[in-house]
Amino acid sequence: MDLVKFAEEKLIEHKKYPDFKAGDTITVHYRIIEGNKERIQQFQGTVLQRKGAGLRQTFTVRKISNGVGVERIFPLYSPKIDKIELDKRGVVRRARIYYLRKTVGKKSRIEEEVES
Amino acid sequence: MSGLIGKKIGMTSIYSADGKNVACTVIHAGPCVVTQVKTKDSDGYSSLQLAFDEKKEKRTTSALKGHFAKAKTTPKRKVAEFRDFATEHNLGDVLDVSLFVEGDFVDVIGTSKGKGFQGVVKRHGFGGVGKQTHGQHDRQRAPGSIGASSFPSRVLKGMRMAGRMGGDRVKLQNLKVVKIVPEQNLLLISGAVPGAKGSYVLIEK
Repeated sequence: MDLVKFAEEKLIEHKKYPDFKAGDTITVHYRIIEGNKERIQQFQGTVLQRKGAGLRQTFTVRKISNGVGVERIFPLYSPKIDKIELDKRGVVRRARIYYLRKTVGKKSRIEEEVES
Repeated sequence: MSGLIGKKIGMTSIYSADGKNVACTVIHAGPCVVTQVKTKDSDGYSSLQLAFDEKKEKRTTSALKGHFAKAKTTPKRKVAEFRDFATEHNLGDVLDVSLFVEGDFVDVIGTSKGKGFQGVVKRHGFGGVGKQTHGQHDRQRAPGSIGASSFPSRVLKGMRMAGRMGGDRVKLQNLKVVKIVPEQNLLLISGAVPGAKGSYVLIEK
């Protein structure tokens, strides 16, 4: 397995993304190619989880769009991600906040981390 | 033809230039040592014998020790022959992944994973007999009829039936070399490759 790791390390393009975790609110700028035109779409929401390791790491972002919950899974090292902005740091007690899917109203708020 | 002996390491996925996620197999290919050069004059056909992967000297038979000593190399685990090698090499030469270029199409030969004793549905892709309903039972993965009755009064040779599956030599053709990591002699080949992790594969170009 070591050599797989070695190959992945070699191929990761280290970009400067902010260090985010579950509970944070982020905006993902994602390149979309339509025909031969390219535009950038933004997706803002709460990070539910980071999954996997190395080159295959992904993260899930959840937002409420027109009253409907929408989740998108992005591959972290995808060249289609233009940039990631960290909007808010949230305080959560677990690494995967799936409970957020079942919460409604006030329960679905996440406390913001206070910079000390 | 040219080629190398390699070892299947595992799988991962990388991103192509247009952002597509490509599943690929990591193969540790080479360095391989030329241990014998066969020519038309001496052997009736031309080929190169390559050897790969270190082996302890005390676990090597004397005959093989002599064979490897001729090529001035240490004993190796896996030896394979490649017919009509594209480039000329001498005894003792070392070949590595520089043989390949990114974007090349290669054939990979390996020994498929053993599946044990399997029925006809898995082994030969039969559909099974019958349904779950209408009073039927026990026939869903059955092979069905294996021939007629009094004529020919026997089962024809080669009839596909249940039995041992896997562990065969399998060659996959036209697999793309997606990436090469020369530091560790790694080849990333798109898609899956026959065999278990750690098994030997032959990569032919």
